[in-house]
Amino acid sequence: MTRLLVSRIGQAAIVLLLAFTASFLLLQALPGDAILIKYQNPEMGLTPEQIAEIRVLYGADAPIWVQYGNTLWNFLQGSFGYSVQAGVPVNPLLATNLPPTLRLASLGLVVAVIIAGALAFAATLAPFAWLRNLLQSLPALMISVPVFWLGIMLIQIFSFRLRLVPIINPSEFQALILPVVTLSLPIAAPLAQILIRSLDEVQTQPFVSVARAKGASRAWVLWRHVLRNALLPVLTIAGVLFGELLAGAVVTETVFGINGLGRITEQAVSNQDTAVLQAIVILAAVGFVLINLLVDLVAPLIDPRLNTPIGASA
Amino acid sequence: MSNALLEVRNLSVDFHTARGTVHAVKNVSWSVNRGETLAILGESGSGKSVSASAVMNILDMPPAHIVGGEIFYDGQDLLKVSYETHRALNGKKIAMIFQDPLSHLNPVYTVGWQIVEMMTAHGRPADMARARALELIKRVGIADAEAALHKYPHQFSGGQRQRLMIAMALMLKPDILIADEPTTALDVTIQADVLALLKELQAETGMGLVLITHDLGVVAEIADRVVVMSKGEIVEAGTPRDIYHNAQHPYTRQLIGAAPGKGTIKLLDADAPLLLETRKLCKTYGEFTALKDVSLSLHRGQSLAVVGESGSGKSTLARSILRLEAADSGEALWKGRNLLTMNARDLLGMRREIQMVFQDPTQSLNPRMSVYQLISEGWDIHRLMPDKAKRQARVAELLEQVGLAPEYAARYPHQFSGGQRQRIAIARALALEPELIICDEAVSALDVSIQAQVIALLDDLRARLGISFLFIAHDLGVVRDFADTVVVMKAGEIVERGPTAQIFDAPRHPYTQRLLAANLDPDPDMQAQRRLAGAPA
Repeated sequence: MTRLLVSRIGQAAIVLLLAFTASFLLLQALPGDAILIKYQNPEMGLTPEQIAEIRVLYGADAPIWVQYGNTLWNFLQGSFGYSVQAGVPVNPLLATNLPPTLRLASLGLVVAVIIAGALAFAATLAPFAWLRNLLQSLPALMISVPVFWLGIMLIQIFSFRLRLVPIINPSEFQALILPVVTLSLPIAAPLAQILIRSLDEVQTQPFVSVARAKGASRAWVLWRHVLRNALLPVLTIAGVLFGELLAGAVVTETVFGINGLGRITEQAVSNQDTAVLQAIVILAAVGFVLINLLVDLVAPLIDPRLNTPIGASA
Repeated sequence: MSNALLEVRNLSVDFHTARGTVHAVKNVSWSVNRGETLAILGESGSGKSVSASAVMNILDMPPAHIVGGEIFYDGQDLLKVSYETHRALNGKKIAMIFQDPLSHLNPVYTVGWQIVEMMTAHGRPADMARARALELIKRVGIADAEAALHKYPHQFSGGQRQRLMIAMALMLKPDILIADEPTTALDVTIQADVLALLKELQAETGMGLVLITHDLGVVAEIADRVVVMSKGEIVEAGTPRDIYHNAQHPYTRQLIGAAPGKGTIKLLDADAPLLLETRKLCKTYGEFTALKDVSLSLHRGQSLAVVGESGSGKSTLARSILRLEAADSGEALWKGRNLLTMNARDLLGMRREIQMVFQDPTQSLNPRMSVYQLISEGWDIHRLMPDKAKRQARVAELLEQVGLAPEYAARYPHQFSGGQRQRIAIARALALEPELIICDEAVSALDVSIQAQVIALLDDLRARLGISFLFIAHDLGVVRDFADTVVVMKAGEIVERGPTAQIFDAPRHPYTQRLLAANLDPDPDMQAQRRLAGAPA
């Protein structure tokens, strides 16, 4: 176990360094930068000399490898630099915007899991074949719906038409309902799809016949024998879907006007605010690494065969 | 026989598939009494398991559909009782064990949990179940019962898993035990132990035993009565002795005739030139010794059998010779040249001369390739026969040689039966005109009647084309029919070698003696004699 952890942490460090380097190079390769975008604005009336001075102030005139080294060194010390656009350090910017996004994303994930589970069970247990087929085709539909459209439609229907969820001065809970649903549906769809397929597959396994021959009830067989075996592929996919969750948060926050990481990402992209983008990339990479580490640690708890070192069964 | 413990009457089951309705069983009737063993004998696809699955209510419906019939247990028709009533009988009154206990045990729960489940699923308290489980695990011969409770299925050997499955089935002291191919996946010595255990337990509890099998030897060893099934119907019923000596139905006669181990034993042509020789081959995987100083020689036209149980290293031997696996030390000389140090180009040439046929043709034939592509691929690899017309003619010729129609060339593997697939694999091996064919359990996955045909085909190829065979097998009957020389392996070492007649008639090493004693004879009288002879030892 400790060996696994040590090697995974080593891998994580390499992944983070690669993510940092790749995003740094890509952001540098873009034409123009945040300083030009902000200060070249004719309304400011700055001369090229003055702009050049500002560039020196931000350290933007240094050779690229010096900038790379400086930025990396600052990141390692936990300092993510300055946002040119907002004129503030990135750290407090993240500190205020991270919690709403975390709350949105985690609620979205929980709701997605609940929807996926309910849908998969309904699709497996429904009494009629046509109903099962209908339910099984739902996830494909849910995947095809774009998040921004879904968000707008939900506001239209539930807030404007039905007036079920107020959008003016909502309570904290009310403000979360629609964004969470918007975010969770596209995540729930692939989860449900995998779970349906995996439940189907496990139900044909020989040990399920054995459980039935033992005289175990249907619910017993499904709950104890089928579900646990069917969870593993779902867990793996859930790790991968973390990226989907982030991308969804960007759109959802923009549509619903929530201040969060997604919102500042969107702004930073349009202003080419390199320092902010760099910080967000690293944050996302850390999130990915942690989620997948968690998945790897939980998987052997579900399937003990994963604990066996390779070759021991020969 | 209305006082039978369990009686199946005129049962008919259809399977509705995309390609139409299949009558899986038609008007099948059988019964079993207390303390009696009924064998249901049949080959794959005969429907031998279907009626038992109907008894247990574990047929998947759809696609299965019970068309008619009755299943009587304790005065009630199990096909008419409610799901709940049937469920309450399962495990408690009628229990079942299966082939290949690895896939039939849930991989994510401990063995203890699954054995205890037999009682908790019926609402019995867990601590009582645990005590009973410990008692039964000891009874079926697992050494450390307490530790076994906490282990997972993959941590046991095949034989141990089957014992645990038997323990599980007996938890609620059922009246009837249905065993579906309980020993098919096991080595012969383990098979003998498991069958003996079943007999003992039956004597203790007086339960009725229904044993589903394809193996005449198992029938001869354990059954009181037997029904023979073919294509969904019972074609013959009686005592094993009656059936063996006075079979009426042509199918039964064919089945008995195909049983291996009854032919004349071949003699070795000692003057033939040496083809392959291994010297002190060694191979270890970590702690595990797969090969230890294995030396053998094979002459042109010879069929050398390597016999041993699982884990004896016989497949590793074949793979090391072909360099599909790197041996740790030793030599393998092919016509005097060491295969193990050969450079890549020479190795390619050698690979043409030595071909391999694997155990499972379903896995060894690429499902996306047509028969023509499968057979001709070797010519692409070795840049032979560029002319397409010639290739097509040769593929047709090869197909005929292995007893298949030339027009099958355009078909894909899934369109063939298991036996036909193995013929395709043999045609593929023959395409490169090899001098040696290594058969790794090449007939063990096949039904006996198909097995006999494939063995006859290989024998014919040997006689006509002078091909030598390295024949790896665990089935002694097949080996006796096919090989002229036998090498017996145990734990990576050769423990005995000699002409086939000598190994079978006068085995010297205790392990060989044990193997032969455990091998079941399809003739009930012979098997009874062997049992008596083997009993004191």
